[in-house]
Amino acid sequence: MLSRTADNLYWITRYMERAETMARLLDVGARMSLLPSTGEGYHSEWESLLQASGTAEGFARKYGDPVQRNIESYFFFDRDNPSSIASCIGRARENARIVRGALTTQVWDALNGAFQEMRALERRPRSELDLSVLTDWTMRHSAQLRGAIDGTQLRKDGWDFLNLGYFLERADNTARLLDVKYYVLLPGVEFVGSGLDNYQWTTLLRAMSAHRAFHWAYGGEVTARKIADFLILNAASPRSLRTSIEATTVHLDRLARGYGRTTAAQSKARAVLAELAETRVSDIFDEGLHEFLTRFIREVATLGALVHDVYLSGDQR
Amino acid sequence: MILSVLHVTTYRYDTPVRGVVQSHRLTPSGFEGQKVLRWSVEVEGGLPGGGYRDGAGDWVQSHSVRGPVSDITVRVAGDVETRDMAGVLRGHREHVPPEAYLRETVATAADVALRELGQAAVTGARDPLDAAHRLAAAVSEAVAYVPGATHAHTTAAEALARAEGVCQDHAHVLIAAARSQAIPARYVSGYLLAADGIPHEAAHAWAELWVPGLGWVGFDPANRCCPDERFIRLGSGDDARDAAPIKGIARGPGSESLDVTVAIQSVQQ
Amino acid sequence: MAPTYFNEMYQNGQVRPPYRHLEDWTAAMPAELRSLKQAEAEALFRRIGITFAVYGEGGDPDRLIPFDMFPRVFTASEWARLDRGIKQRARALNAFLVDVYGRGEIVRAGRIPARLVYQNEAYERAVAGIVPPRGVYSHIVGIDLVRTGPDDFFVLEDNCRTPSGVSYMLENREIMMRMFPALFRESRIQPVDRYPEILRRTLASVAPAKCDSDPTVVILTPGHFNSAYYEHSFLADLMGVDLVEGQDLFVEGEFVWMRTTEGPKKVDVIYRRIDDAFIDPLCFRPDSMLGVPGLMDVYRSGGVSICSAPGAGVADDKAVYTFVPEMIRFYLGETPILQNVPTWQCGKSDELTYVLENLAELVVKEVHGSGGYGMLVGPKSTKEQIAAFAERVKADPGNYIAQPTLALSTVPTFVDEGIAPRHVDLRPYCLVGERVELVPGGLTRVALKDGSLVVNSSQGGGVKDTWVLAE
Repeated sequence: MLSRTADNLYWITRYMERAETMARLLDVGARMSLLPSTGEGYHSEWESLLQASGTAEGFARKYGDPVQRNIESYFFFDRDNPSSIASCIGRARENARIVRGALTTQVWDALNGAFQEMRALERRPRSELDLSVLTDWTMRHSAQLRGAIDGTQLRKDGWDFLNLGYFLERADNTARLLDVKYYVLLPGVEFVGSGLDNYQWTTLLRAMSAHRAFHWAYGGEVTARKIADFLILNAASPRSLRTSIEATTVHLDRLARGYGRTTAAQSKARAVLAELAETRVSDIFDEGLHEFLTRFIREVATLGALVHDVYLSGDQR
Repeated sequence: MILSVLHVTTYRYDTPVRGVVQSHRLTPSGFEGQKVLRWSVEVEGGLPGGGYRDGAGDWVQSHSVRGPVSDITVRVAGDVETRDMAGVLRGHREHVPPEAYLRETVATAADVALRELGQAAVTGARDPLDAAHRLAAAVSEAVAYVPGATHAHTTAAEALARAEGVCQDHAHVLIAAARSQAIPARYVSGYLLAADGIPHEAAHAWAELWVPGLGWVGFDPANRCCPDERFIRLGSGDDARDAAPIKGIARGPGSESLDVTVAIQSVQQ
Repeated sequence: MAPTYFNEMYQNGQVRPPYRHLEDWTAAMPAELRSLKQAEAEALFRRIGITFAVYGEGGDPDRLIPFDMFPRVFTASEWARLDRGIKQRARALNAFLVDVYGRGEIVRAGRIPARLVYQNEAYERAVAGIVPPRGVYSHIVGIDLVRTGPDDFFVLEDNCRTPSGVSYMLENREIMMRMFPALFRESRIQPVDRYPEILRRTLASVAPAKCDSDPTVVILTPGHFNSAYYEHSFLADLMGVDLVEGQDLFVEGEFVWMRTTEGPKKVDVIYRRIDDAFIDPLCFRPDSMLGVPGLMDVYRSGGVSICSAPGAGVADDKAVYTFVPEMIRFYLGETPILQNVPTWQCGKSDELTYVLENLAELVVKEVHGSGGYGMLVGPKSTKEQIAAFAERVKADPGNYIAQPTLALSTVPTFVDEGIAPRHVDLRPYCLVGERVELVPGGLTRVALKDGSLVVNSSQGGGVKDTWVLAE
């Protein structure tokens, strides 16, 4: 497959996964803002979201103070924000248009349909659009695309690149969401274990659509350790780091078999996975959750760079 | 006369590049005025590509170098036996019609001054050969040989306006003036045995004008002469860029610096 | 005096035989159903992503080219003549190209002026001396035809470089078949869907001598911002070949290679949809970011085939056009089957005088222009427009040619008020490789504005499905 085509496929799914994460973040923000004032914590929820998504500076330049309405616009519609849902869907669709021939009609319809509806949403008055409508809309289209890919794409290398985009982006995004909670959202260490702490964890779980799954798996009280285990180490949890890296490994191995050649990307993925498999939740808290996540985000970035070097750049011999 | 050539060009990139592709017009072809005795073009670490003789009779050879690479040296060495043909290119195999050398290029676009220079020079000429000589002489008069006054992208019009330039500018001005008078003209790159015998920093260039009955005839306005046994002809084109002995493109962001030495010697027989 | 136009459906109040089914079809279609179907067609086009952005017009890059559901129909015998005439022309144009880059016999014989050929901007000195595989320079020849009467067809211009629009020929048919299957059961319409397969075979048949296995064919596009990108991607998909940009290819050693996820892969045939000037910055425009450095050296030394071959444009220049009938006689020893439109060269002073005196009756075009830009349609222009255009012609006469305003035939077309005749032209796509082939059909363009003779999509034109009936 043409390297540039593989690159376009990979970015279609990275952008769509990112759009979904943005919707989840907006959900978190909306729920947190419903929380009674805690003094220090109150104003900073939206601020924290901006920090978490790495868009605080761009927002401040354009709008100044983080007012919910502006943040919603910025996260959802603003094309000046490269991570906004509109930007992500626009870019995913543009990448798809470039490799239209490598996609099934169903996959193209899912993306093009989302794009055309997006443009229709942009024309409607904002007052008609509740935040929940927008986030549900995003999740629905994301799921439709996922379904179209799984249901109709040939199981060839193109399918693997689509999945690599999904899972590398998801690994990165889950790690960041977790980090936001622990490092950014909670106003101070004295709140650890407080009602606010637990409320935030529950909100995060809801945002990850994992609230009920969590209770099935763990039951009882929501604690930081259980959540870290669920979102980092649990191989049954669909958005956990472990699941994301395991899927990445599967698709890289499929590529290696298909191409008859193993590269540095396969070895790296296996190394990251092995570490996750051997890690216990106490190890994570010994290292410090933030430190662990920072290191993990860097590892995932290295893995992404390797995938780029060996498959997407076209420079590999 | 037997001329011995050593021409070394080194390209350096400040950051290593992903690969380099070059197209060379570095091999003299045979005609009555020159016979190649020995010739080699080597590119360090380069992979020779396809070679072919183009419609103008020049041998073109490509080379590619796989990156990452931070410098490339092209080494040309050989001996050529030359004869003074008073500039006439006799016995040179080519099949592009002379009419194909009447189109303007950016470097040779004629402005009013170039047209006037051309018009004045050919007025009163006895025959086409006389006209060509008058044109070459007019260019020698109009543009003084001053190194450093112009650069690689100076156009004929700019050089004439400055009244200064080097061999490339003289050739461009002559070509532009000739074409403005509907005389087919082209740019020739090659080597010249210098009077002082000191190695030079660049190869030489002159022009050829089409003279019905004689064919292509070379004129070197920079030296006020026609090419003789001191000249080795490498290749031709519409202008300096088109006839360049080495054209190349590096893939990568690095900026390029260039180092050239040309040594031409006459070998005693 | 109002000119009379040949109506392809109705003659002397009678329906011409090829359109008989369509009369019943329209009679059975009430206005509501029609607008429903029109909306359905539009939705289908938008869904498959077929759009046409126009250079320099800005606006919506996802703009649809209007599709008119009323088909244009040819009988088998009408088409048989067109088929012979088009293939004849395509063979002559290629013979001309091999000749002018070789010995130039036609120039030596005095049948065409040397100036028109060798001083032509499209003449590439860099390819002089090349005989491409099978002696073909132009592998896809688009011939623009207009009709003025039952048996009167004129060639308006030849397109030897990279004629576009064939995806509309294929998609228009696809959509018509999906929406009106009954029509296709009743009328016996020759299929056009073998075009991609024939194109692929044509391209593979001109692989270079150095290619010793099944040739790898690619389409080279300027990129996804190009207005015809959809077509490039569509054809690549239907042919099962890779769609590449310049950055996907590189030259190493004697060959051109494509960057793939499995390492470099040799490329043998490049169907390029970018202009000569941009294909190789080493040889042509040094500022081109679209091309492949060193490509021309590989091409010249027989490592890759380029379709159409660089330099093919010298055959479709509007000034050279005048001499195509001469080419047919000179190279093929045949009588031209299709006529040229009488053409005045403004570069000749006596013809210029005639043109300037008769601007109001003439169509004046730039020699190198395309897409309906930079032209004057005399009878449809105001006095002021004519006067302004006259100044442009006088300033650079060699850049213009003039032709009589042709009475372009009309075909019934769905308009807001119902059905009305609108002017049409036709572009069939002739493929030249090991064989010379033409699928029975082409792109019919229609001027949607009442009375307009300009069919270009950039100037308010639309498209129709083109039917050729079986015997």
